[in-house]
Amino acid sequence: MLDETYYQKTDAIIARHSCEPRSLIPIIQDIQAEYRYLPPELLSYVAGKLGISESKAFSVASFYENFSFEAKGKYVIKICDGTACHVRKSAPIMERLYKELGLSKKKHTTDDQLFTLETVSCLGACGLAPAMMVNEQVHPKMTPDSAAELVEKLRKEESV
Amino acid sequence: MIGTRDELLQSRAAAESKLNSYDCRILVCSGTGCIATGSRKIYEIFRELTQNAPQTTLEFAPHEGETKQVGVKNTGCQGVCELGPLVRIQKGNSVIQYIKVQPDDCSEIFEKSVIGDEIVERLLYHVDEKPCKGPEDIPFIAKQTRIVLKNCGKYDAQSLEEYLASGGFAALEKAMFELTPEQVIDEVDASGLRGRGGGGFPAGRKWKQVAGQKVTERYVVCNGDEGDPGAFMDGSVMEGDPYRMIEGMMIAAYAVKAQNGYIYVRAEYPNSVARLTKAIHILEENGLLGDNILGTDFCFHMHINRGAGAFVCGEGSALTASIEGKRGMPRTKPPRTVDKGLWERPTVLNNVETFANVPDIVMKGAKWFRTIGTEGSPGTKTFSLTGSIRNTGLIEVPMGTTLREIIYEIGGGLKDDAVFKAVQTGGPSGGCLTTEHLDEPLDFDSIKKFGSIVGSGGLVVMDENTCMVEVARFFMSFTQRESCGKCVPCREGTKRMLEILERIVAGKGVPEDMDELLELADTIQNTALCGLGKSAPKPVVSTLRHFRDEYEAHIIEKRCPAGVCSGLKQYIIDPEKCKGCSKCAKNCPAGAISGEIRSPYVIDQSKCLKCGACLDNCAFNAIDVK
Repeated sequence: MLDETYYQKTDAIIARHSCEPRSLIPIIQDIQAEYRYLPPELLSYVAGKLGISESKAFSVASFYENFSFEAKGKYVIKICDGTACHVRKSAPIMERLYKELGLSKKKHTTDDQLFTLETVSCLGACGLAPAMMVNEQVHPKMTPDSAAELVEKLRKEESV
Repeated sequence: MIGTRDELLQSRAAAESKLNSYDCRILVCSGTGCIATGSRKIYEIFRELTQNAPQTTLEFAPHEGETKQVGVKNTGCQGVCELGPLVRIQKGNSVIQYIKVQPDDCSEIFEKSVIGDEIVERLLYHVDEKPCKGPEDIPFIAKQTRIVLKNCGKYDAQSLEEYLASGGFAALEKAMFELTPEQVIDEVDASGLRGRGGGGFPAGRKWKQVAGQKVTERYVVCNGDEGDPGAFMDGSVMEGDPYRMIEGMMIAAYAVKAQNGYIYVRAEYPNSVARLTKAIHILEENGLLGDNILGTDFCFHMHINRGAGAFVCGEGSALTASIEGKRGMPRTKPPRTVDKGLWERPTVLNNVETFANVPDIVMKGAKWFRTIGTEGSPGTKTFSLTGSIRNTGLIEVPMGTTLREIIYEIGGGLKDDAVFKAVQTGGPSGGCLTTEHLDEPLDFDSIKKFGSIVGSGGLVVMDENTCMVEVARFFMSFTQRESCGKCVPCREGTKRMLEILERIVAGKGVPEDMDELLELADTIQNTALCGLGKSAPKPVVSTLRHFRDEYEAHIIEKRCPAGVCSGLKQYIIDPEKCKGCSKCAKNCPAGAISGEIRSPYVIDQSKCLKCGACLDNCAFNAIDVK
């Protein structure tokens, strides 16, 4: 069970939009931005408020890749595997970070909830391929070594 | 508040005179690329320098003695993304283009070029050791024709004032006060403007169809869901000159008598979302969006929807479904979007670049527009030039420009003088152009003839180190992942094609695979529900057509000519370098390495799993990969 503050926050988010079915996607986007994931309880709650069935709301939320029902790490690392990045060798960067973070294709988030590793199809920074994004910041011209260094740096900042 | 035509004219005149009174403007690129290389910091430093120096003033204050008025501005993409952060120093008509500006360089630039009139030569772009002073001296920029991107890099992307000073909203004003809606549509129709999102459908015809509907509730929707991996033109327009695109949408709304407009932007473009949101807010505050625009009965409201990570939402009916709050799945057509689009109402749906072309067409006329480009495809096209090329970045060229001009004259040739192999256009819905197409003029129709599409405009250059089979697999895995699952040919067909391609790159292909791929491709192309599915097999068909020998090498010789596919790699111990330490044999999980201590070891290829454990652990670099 989520505590009361989650529902209060959700009410505040709904109030920013019109309370009708068309607002479902923007509302759950805002919830996800707040908590870094979409708690299923809140999805049901929003469905009730907007007057749509839970199954409908779930079908929408599960359709779009951006929504996650599982908690994500504090740092969400998105490695771009768009065409330009792919051609300029983004795959070895992914491999290296899997290794550094102890993650795999099946396990996306570290146990300490610090890092989530994902791929993304294009960040629009093709001129600086290969690129990766940590939360909202794009890092250009990455190599396996520089990616590992960046992760190490973030880890150090956290342990201070 | 700009509530009437007169007020608009006054505002523009005021904005122009303000713009002209700057002694110097420091234009810092704030495109996604330059922000990534640190341009925000550069912008802050220049603001501080300007504020603190006794000779300069930042805010628009009256001249005090010799104080210079310096504007520090965030502009849209200046083009040469790879050389960022980019900074221009503009004094009147003289512009200096600096590249790769680091925080430590700022005070030198400020002292020499802003306060003084010198050039910091080491920060200029050089061609064959010759410095290029202004942006127009750089071949990459000089050889372009900029219409859609003409403001990018020159003005503050977020400032309505600067947009007005650049001639902004003159086209809307002309449309509203000098032309009837029908005349606007006729002009766009006569210009021959075709949809820049990939399909190339004539925009004027679309508008005409919407204007002719009986239903009076209508929508204008802008497709900013630029999902093609390897394309970032629309993102650059949205973040670099948001007002231009909005003006284009407003002209469309006036022409088809629509009341509401929606911009659908993909979530991976946070800068675009932020700048469009701010631009709309500023326009609403000034009365240029909302009810009774410029004192007329034209009312138009705009909204932004963020995508949520579904490539298929770039398809028209999926996009409108997503705005309605539903799963973004395409539906069967007809009815088309112009008849029943958003909320089943007549809808004009064009992409970002198409709308951004509209203001100039209205202002300068269809005849002018037709002087650029080819007869069947007038105007320019923006491309994002990436991959194995020396100058990557955002370009705009007339339709009909040849691939050779784009790659060798603008792009400066291949990176590290590699050998040109192919250009991939149109992303996962397109195909490859090869050496035989280098001198063909590129436009909507010619590219189609070669088995590819212009698409939204990604041009990814590939050299001999790129494996075309692997590229085909890459695109197929993309479309397979993005298939919405509604229709069987796409859902199942792309999966089968991907399985075959994965088999081939893993070295387990059989000769029949090629025919089977083509057969599946044929079925999917003919029976899938939407454009995503119909074009999904294109990268495979195109690479099979142009690079069949590479497929054969993978399947028959079990060899990857580009040396990319790890499943076909051979790990070989160099007997000259091997000291016989036995470490590799101990690390090999397959027991494929044998030998005697202190003499060279050997890998049994039939047992090798190609895991690379031997390579990672060899202290003598004795293991080669071929």
